Amino acid sequence: MDKNQIKGFIAKRVAQELKDGDVVNLGIGLPTMVANYLPEGANIFLQSENGFIGVGPVPLEGHEDMRVVNAGGQCVTILPGGVFFDSATSFGIIRGGHVDMTVLGALQVDEKGNLANWMIPGKMVPGMGGAMDLVTGAKKVVIAMEHTAKGAKKILKECTLPLTAAHQVDYIVTEMGFMEVTKEGIVLREINPEFSVEQVQEATEATLIIPEDLKEMTL
Amino acid sequence: MHKRISIEEAIEKIEDGMTIMVGGFLGCGNPHRLVEALAAKGTKDLTLICNDTSFPEYGVGKMVVNKQFKKIIASHVGTNPETGRQMNEKETEVVLVPQGTLAEQVRAGGAGLGGILTPTGVGTVVEEGKEKLTVDGVEYLLEKPLRADVALIAAQKADEYGNLVYFGATRNFNNLMATAAETVIVEVEEVVAVGELDPNEVVTPGIFVSHIVNGGDK
Repeated sequence: MDKNQIKGFIAKRVAQELKDGDVVNLGIGLPTMVANYLPEGANIFLQSENGFIGVGPVPLEGHEDMRVVNAGGQCVTILPGGVFFDSATSFGIIRGGHVDMTVLGALQVDEKGNLANWMIPGKMVPGMGGAMDLVTGAKKVVIAMEHTAKGAKKILKECTLPLTAAHQVDYIVTEMGFMEVTKEGIVLREINPEFSVEQVQEATEATLIIPEDLKEMTL
Repeated sequence: MHKRISIEEAIEKIEDGMTIMVGGFLGCGNPHRLVEALAAKGTKDLTLICNDTSFPEYGVGKMVVNKQFKKIIASHVGTNPETGRQMNEKETEVVLVPQGTLAEQVRAGGAGLGGILTPTGVGTVVEEGKEKLTVDGVEYLLEKPLRADVALIAAQKADEYGNLVYFGATRNFNNLMATAAETVIVEVEEVVAVGELDPNEVVTPGIFVSHIVNGGDK
């Protein structure tokens, strides 16, 4: 798989987790691609933390309105039944547990469910934006990312970068597998048949728990 | 009651060293004309409270490039490399705050609250130097209220009393900042007569608004 195929594969698998009626916040980058694979016939309410529910597709050229943008600052549209609100309401929705799932990328994630995705001291300090609130408040936190970064491991025993939140990650979806973070550690629930369990473990610092009923990832 | 003033009169109300709040999210819902005028005037040593520092050529981002801030309180500065540069070289103090916390701090500032308790940031660097309280077994950070000397906000329409309605995703922090400053100046696309706005659709009550600047168009 090339880079784009890997991202599409991950996004597609994440999308399978969505149910009719879910309120979902998608982070910038790969997570945004989940919107391309929403389950057919299901009403999924995409929330954008800058202040609306019902995020629609990018408008046709010439129909952009700078007053309707997503959390990445790109012009989007609002679907019928959508609603705009202010930032306090938006984060009340997020922090108050009214978002069923948030999908974010990660620099590092560890076996205790800790997440680091907002800064690299001395290098990159963009700010946390809404990420800390999303990870703290959403019912399910799904990390969607490539399994390693140019060979460097990202799924660790313990994060070394400053945390976005402690003990909040529920699932990790990569091109290698679908993992669940449990009290005992990270369980490999599904594996991409292109890889062996040994290969997945080799690309992972944390010790993976391999259940007897390990399934194949199917899209 | 005359709330309408010119852009020049509005900008005169902001003095060197003041704390200003500016509404908007990555420039969407920024009061663009007021910010342009403030950038042109060069008022300096300001403290900025804003969700982000936008892009170098858009919204408050220009004022960062102009070095008009001594301190910036924001949730995200990644889209404006100049903010990061000033922060790394210690030219400007930058305080990064989780976005939901920033929204509640502003709301608390306007609502007469002594602060808010949030679980966001517990177990991260955000908790450093802050009081932690445990309520019913859950840990929270005490985050203090924020207020400003002047809030510069944007809305779609105002009536002559300053009652405001918004369009699209421009509401973001504008509605909150309207409550949390000594002087609140709103820039709107259109001013209408009292009675023309449907009271059911007004989002920001005019009592919060000190002055109205008519932008005339989008």
